[in-house]
Amino acid sequence: MIVAERKPMDEILEMVAGCKKVLVLGCGGCVTVCLTGGERQAEMLASQLNLAAKAKGLQLEATFDSITRQCEKEFFDNLSETPGDYDAVLSIACGAGVQFMTEVYPKTPILPGMNTTHLASNVEQGVWEEYCRGCGDCVLAWTGGVCPVAKCSKSLINGTCGGTDNGKCEVNPDMACGWLKIYERLNDLGRLDEYRKMRATRDHRKDRGNGVRRLVLAEMTEDEEAGNE
Amino acid sequence: MSSEPVSTFQRDLEAGKFVVTAEIGPPKGTNIAPVIHEAEEFLKSEQISAVNVTDIQTAVMRGSSMVGAKLLHDVGIEPVLQMVTRDRNRLALQSDLLAAYIFGIRNVLCLTGDHTTMGDHPEAMPVYDLDSVSLLEAIGKLEGGTDLGKDMKGNANELDGVPKFFKGCCVTPCADEVDPQVIKLEKKVEAGAQFVQTQAVYEPKAFETFMKKVEHIDVPILVGIVMLKNAGMGKYMNRGVPGVVVPDDIIQRLTDCEKEDRQKVSIEICGELIASMKDMCQGAHLMTLGWDHCVPDIIKAAGAV
Repeated sequence: MIVAERKPMDEILEMVAGCKKVLVLGCGGCVTVCLTGGERQAEMLASQLNLAAKAKGLQLEATFDSITRQCEKEFFDNLSETPGDYDAVLSIACGAGVQFMTEVYPKTPILPGMNTTHLASNVEQGVWEEYCRGCGDCVLAWTGGVCPVAKCSKSLINGTCGGTDNGKCEVNPDMACGWLKIYERLNDLGRLDEYRKMRATRDHRKDRGNGVRRLVLAEMTEDEEAGNE
Repeated sequence: MSSEPVSTFQRDLEAGKFVVTAEIGPPKGTNIAPVIHEAEEFLKSEQISAVNVTDIQTAVMRGSSMVGAKLLHDVGIEPVLQMVTRDRNRLALQSDLLAAYIFGIRNVLCLTGDHTTMGDHPEAMPVYDLDSVSLLEAIGKLEGGTDLGKDMKGNANELDGVPKFFKGCCVTPCADEVDPQVIKLEKKVEAGAQFVQTQAVYEPKAFETFMKKVEHIDVPILVGIVMLKNAGMGKYMNRGVPGVVVPDDIIQRLTDCEKEDRQKVSIEICGELIASMKDMCQGAHLMTLGWDHCVPDIIKAAGAV
């Protein structure tokens, strides 16, 4: 799932400074699951904005709404509010939601209430840790199911560096050394031969190097074209 | 090793000498006088085969290792050009390797490099397009007359003029988990590493254990010796440098001595470390961190040459 964290209130206030009416819009997708951008958080942020605006003497009125997902067009039909009635929509979806909504409502400024960060799993209550970098070239079959791209802070492909420190990474003593985890896992599986193999340099075209990435399912796009005829 | 040595450093190792290398760091700024002064100190010591030039060491921005290596080369000291993969992608690294060869630089030490967040520009983008293993492979390709890329038809790009280097790598012998380091070292050697300069070692026993584990690796290893300027530095290394353990008795000797004797004690410690490990390996890499005038005394104390 995609994790996003709410921006600091000061930054949000700066964005909405010129607005009189703001709609805080939650998203029922990933950000609801990680408890940062759902309906409840939209309600909370709207009331915090109203309080902050009052304290600063701003003529700002924030209301809230939420839809199932902000990254698909059909769900915008379920909005109870009309974005065009507002000076701005403060979206607390991920960056995909903010931008997609901008395309759906080109006349209304759609502002980001969140910083979108990583692809995560919920490792313990209240903790969502990065597990995937979306590199476009999955190597998990050869690394014992632990990702060297996401779990090594240098995204190394051939093994541990000298910064491995009692199971932790030199970058942060609270962060596990991804390559030590890979080593231990492969050792447990009796597959250290995979560690020993020379790994080809990564193809960064699959990882942003080729620009904007798209998933195109040929059958479905053809169906759509046929249906349009 | 069948082909002719490309450097004095390589020749000395192949001759079976106990080889000593030293190290300098380029300046943070344009004042090269201290680097030249250090180089002059090293010139006084005939026992030094080559001098490493660090590449934005610990991710603290400085002049490039290339310029430091070129300056040494110009005054008649053989440089070992350190290259980390943290700051340059494969295009820039290969380009700089060609530049180094054009400048007359023949020894290259391939490293991954401390993470950007360890240094003084923690906001910088870490590159790591290649790692130490694939950088060694890239050098091998250049030496074979092609680069890592391909032309429009998918054929390897031919070079006009081909470099030849003496290629090295690093290893951390006293890492808490040494086996993954050994496998990584095997891969570096498979990728073309011809010498090893290790991370700092203060525990001859642990080094002996490590050297037994790498007996099957037929590449000369120079044990890393870092001068401790005071007890605090030893404690800092224990706290902040992964894979380096400074034993309490060494820290105690630096604590107990008078301030003006610290350098003398530090020289003795280095000498003793080298003396106790010289039969286990093929050389020592001295990292004197500005105390470069101590190098001849360390070598004397070690009775190494």
